[in-house]
Amino acid sequence: MTTSDLNPAMSTAIGSTGSGTVPLHTLADVIRSKNSGPFELTLDVFFRSAEIYGAAKEQHIISKELIGHLYGIDTNQILEIVYYDAALAVKVTMARPASSGSPADTDVYGAQQHMPLADALVYWTGAPPEEGLP
Amino acid sequence: MNQMRILSPTAILGYGFPIESFQEGMGRKPDVIGVDAGSTDPGPYYLGTGQSFVNAEAVLRDLSLLVPAAKAAGIPLVIGTAGGSGAAPHVAWCLSLLERVVSDHDLRLDVAVIHGDVPVAAAKAALAAGRMQPLSFVPELTEETLDRCTHLVAQMGMEPLIAALSAGPDVVLAGRCYDPAVFAAPMLLRGFQAGPALHLGKILECAAIATSPGSGRDCVLGTINSCGFSVTTLSAERRFTVQSVAAHTMYEKSHPFLLPGPGGQLDLSRVRFTQLDERTVEVRGSEFRPGPPTVKLEGAVCVGYRTFCICGIRDGGMISQLDDIFATLRQAVADNFGKKTLQTDVELRFRVYGHNGVMGPLEPETRPAGHEVGLVIDVVAPTQKQAAAVCGFVRTAALHLGFPGRISTAGNLAFPFSPSDVDAGPVFEFGVYHIMEVEDPVSLFPATYLVMGAQHHSTGRRQ
Repeated sequence: MTTSDLNPAMSTAIGSTGSGTVPLHTLADVIRSKNSGPFELTLDVFFRSAEIYGAAKEQHIISKELIGHLYGIDTNQILEIVYYDAALAVKVTMARPASSGSPADTDVYGAQQHMPLADALVYWTGAPPEEGLP
Repeated sequence: MNQMRILSPTAILGYGFPIESFQEGMGRKPDVIGVDAGSTDPGPYYLGTGQSFVNAEAVLRDLSLLVPAAKAAGIPLVIGTAGGSGAAPHVAWCLSLLERVVSDHDLRLDVAVIHGDVPVAAAKAALAAGRMQPLSFVPELTEETLDRCTHLVAQMGMEPLIAALSAGPDVVLAGRCYDPAVFAAPMLLRGFQAGPALHLGKILECAAIATSPGSGRDCVLGTINSCGFSVTTLSAERRFTVQSVAAHTMYEKSHPFLLPGPGGQLDLSRVRFTQLDERTVEVRGSEFRPGPPTVKLEGAVCVGYRTFCICGIRDGGMISQLDDIFATLRQAVADNFGKKTLQTDVELRFRVYGHNGVMGPLEPETRPAGHEVGLVIDVVAPTQKQAAAVCGFVRTAALHLGFPGRISTAGNLAFPFSPSDVDAGPVFEFGVYHIMEVEDPVSLFPATYLVMGAQHHSTGRRQ
């Protein structure tokens, strides 16, 4: 997929390394994927600090549109995106392209589907993430 | 303060644990040992075939430490989802291993066996009565799918486990369980609240996977009281941290803080995690919202037989033309076996490691980036013979295929193994993953009480 496929409003965030964007992994300690049952894939992002988490939640840096673009899926294949204050985390749950272990499946545990999200360039107007590092 | 301690020795029965941390755990005088023995993670094959995904010797090793220790301490050992998938053959397999331990250690055990299989007729009746709901993204259930399931199980909640524990057995060996229920049931029996008991169970069922650093094979201890619960590690190298416990709370679940289960939903939106000491985290505010009695059904259906071939490609000219080459090979299959072969009967997949082998249709990269790729020729067909025939045909066709600019006319593929093709046997998929409303959450899961060992091996009453 190329930037030309994008909704123009999103292309700055996703398609280039221009000012105002950072790779998501610079804001997070843990970015992981896993089955939540045999028909769903769930992505968890644990932010590096309460400040970064607060800003990420307020700015909605992770949206269904972003996930749909990153994984090439319709947004109706994505359940609600939920922030969890107690864990400084956000969870995204989506349909698996094939149920776990079925003939077309590629990742039975669903544990290696996180990198497009980890590498995603997201708008970031908060403090430079390096300052929030432990 | 009234409290109860629960020892969780390992993430899955058979994954192992260090003897030192188990002894440390027993030294803390636990009131019960709980161990989850199953998961749907390894895929539908194990439920479909009735086989365990954990090795028998490995399960024997764990049982031979757990059973004598629990018996000597006079505390119950609760095993959930016996045999990995918790259907009748899995429970029977685990029971036979337990018998060997009883014999080897000259024990006498009272054992409660709870069965997790659901009669297909009961599931059909629920389907016809509109008492069956699919989970998100799960295909609609039909009677035909129910008929095709080799095994059909339901995740039991706490109630059948509480009923079995009430009889005072040494060991409870249960079929398919809601994982946290294995740990929560003894806490409910002692009068503790369902919210903290199930949340603690959710953490204990994975044992040290929830610690930092994580491990699938180490022991942890949970303590519940009237205010909440705490979890602590039993080996010096591991810690529970606020982050590790919070992270595990939302592990492999659809929603981070609303966790539906049999008979209600855990609401963890208001929990507070507190670091009590270097290795211990306290959790308060876990709530359970009771709902109508429901169970989750799981069933696997056989969809064909697989033969695969693993090979590699180092030729850059070939790697750059893989899409065209795969199209040519598909055409060759159609020419050789009939036009409809790949449209109806046979599934042929080229899994290209180094490109999209891991992510398939979710992969955003459009072409391989490296100097070599791994190729898995994957064929699923109605019979093993057909799968092997098509796989072998595609392998030889690919090996000697001419393509534009080819410089390596001796062969296109590198095979690491001889034989190159592997018959992998039946392939299953989850056909049933549905919520069934039930009238009585106990009677669906009948229990059998056995006395094992010391010449008292006989079946007892049936609940």
